Amino acid sequence: MPDEMIPGAPATTASPEDDLTRRVLRIIAETQRKDVSQVTIESSFEELGIDSMDGVNIVFALENEFNINVPDEEVKTIRSVRDMVDGVRKLVLGEAPGTASVGHGPAAS
Amino acid sequence: MRRVVITGIGVICANGRNKTEFLNALKNGTSGITRIEGAEIDDLRFQCGGQVHGFDPAEYMSLKEADMVDRFAQFAVAAATQAVEDSGIEWTDELRDTSAIVTGSCVGGQATENQGFYDVYKMGKPRVHPMTIPKTMANGGASAISLKYGITGPVFTIATACSSSAHALGQALMMVRSGMCDFAIGGGSEAPMSYGILKAWEAMRVVSPTVCRPFSKDRNGMMLGEGAAMLTIESLDHALARGAKPIAEIVGFGMSSDAHHITQPSAEGAAKAIRLALNDAGISPEQVGYVNAHGTGTTVNDVTETRALHMAFGSHASKLAISSTKAMHGHTLGAAGALESTAAIMALAHGFAPPTIHYNEPDPECDLDYVPNCARKCDFEYAISNSFAFGGLNAVLAFRRI
Repeated sequence: MPDEMIPGAPATTASPEDDLTRRVLRIIAETQRKDVSQVTIESSFEELGIDSMDGVNIVFALENEFNINVPDEEVKTIRSVRDMVDGVRKLVLGEAPGTASVGHGPAAS
Repeated sequence: MRRVVITGIGVICANGRNKTEFLNALKNGTSGITRIEGAEIDDLRFQCGGQVHGFDPAEYMSLKEADMVDRFAQFAVAAATQAVEDSGIEWTDELRDTSAIVTGSCVGGQATENQGFYDVYKMGKPRVHPMTIPKTMANGGASAISLKYGITGPVFTIATACSSSAHALGQALMMVRSGMCDFAIGGGSEAPMSYGILKAWEAMRVVSPTVCRPFSKDRNGMMLGEGAAMLTIESLDHALARGAKPIAEIVGFGMSSDAHHITQPSAEGAAKAIRLALNDAGISPEQVGYVNAHGTGTTVNDVTETRALHMAFGSHASKLAISSTKAMHGHTLGAAGALESTAAIMALAHGFAPPTIHYNEPDPECDLDYVPNCARKCDFEYAISNSFAFGGLNAVLAFRRI
């Protein structure tokens, strides 16, 4: 992940304006088939109607978008959009385990 | 034993995206077979199939709901929605609590599974989509219908290859007939048009590289198809009490297993299922006017099915109007039994025999009346629909005009 996409933002103070946040909000909106204006950093999963299966689907899309691997334990603790933004930021910055994302097919070799 | 009727029809297939289009196609002999789109087929020995073009799941469910299920389950919801609307049923808490859904599917959401395997094996992606497991399950259609209408009664799926939805309708018949439930949605759906599945069919060397010509001497194989058919099935008393107008009566169901070969059909097994369906209906062979044949267009099926019809109907076999509508919509596998039962019901209700299109020349081994190329007006009281699956599993349904 290129560093310029996340210009120096600390892991736990997500600004609504930064690019990483915007990308996470967009992914959530697309996955939930909502307009991106309906998804904000303050939204709870309850407000957005996101259930546990939706959460797993969003994590899948985020893993692909940011080329990260989200560990199972992390997925279980996510409850809000802010949790997702913070979690993605930690993984992208290498501040949490599980960032390596390696496939096993021909295209990976 | 209660009488059981059909009060609603939902259908979506290559030559009809609703019952009106399908009826017109059956009357006019309209083919829905085209070059297969949306899958890499350049290296396949066959290039054509019966696809549903222009299908928009948003007509039947939200986009979010559509994301959660495979195309085959979207077809199931589409057909069930049409059938429910056609039936005019008004849902009550009690009806939702007791109604049944029985669907058939042969390959389930294999297109989804194929995509996941393609992603990890071929593309080297590190993960497959999280919905791969629930989208692949063969009961995806039944469950999606249950969710849409809040139906909490017996809901399940039968997988008996190309007899799946005939067995499903038979099961729904038995449940309503016995009094287990008053109302059921029965049928099947299939969406097999993805590369891995097409390659597997190619390998069997049963798919026609040109045109599907059932019972014609120059036939060279079947044509794959996709789609769904769902019927609302209820007791006659329940239908009349709510002022519904029955479309046809389901009067008989016969099933058998060949115990002969994993893929080669047996005339004895097929004839047994036909006889059992007639016995169940309490009718003699002479009372049947129309047979919607399994009629795949393979060399072996059509000869074997013709022999089975001779065995089950005796001298009356030559008086039957017999057709395979597969030449028009393709072999829809797990949806075939329900789709072709729908054709038989429409034939009864509208007084005609659908044609076997692309019929060129008589085969001495297929010596019956296959209604070649043009539909025919005729008046008959009973019709049957044959389904004979790989694995030797046979299911035959008998219908009566109302």
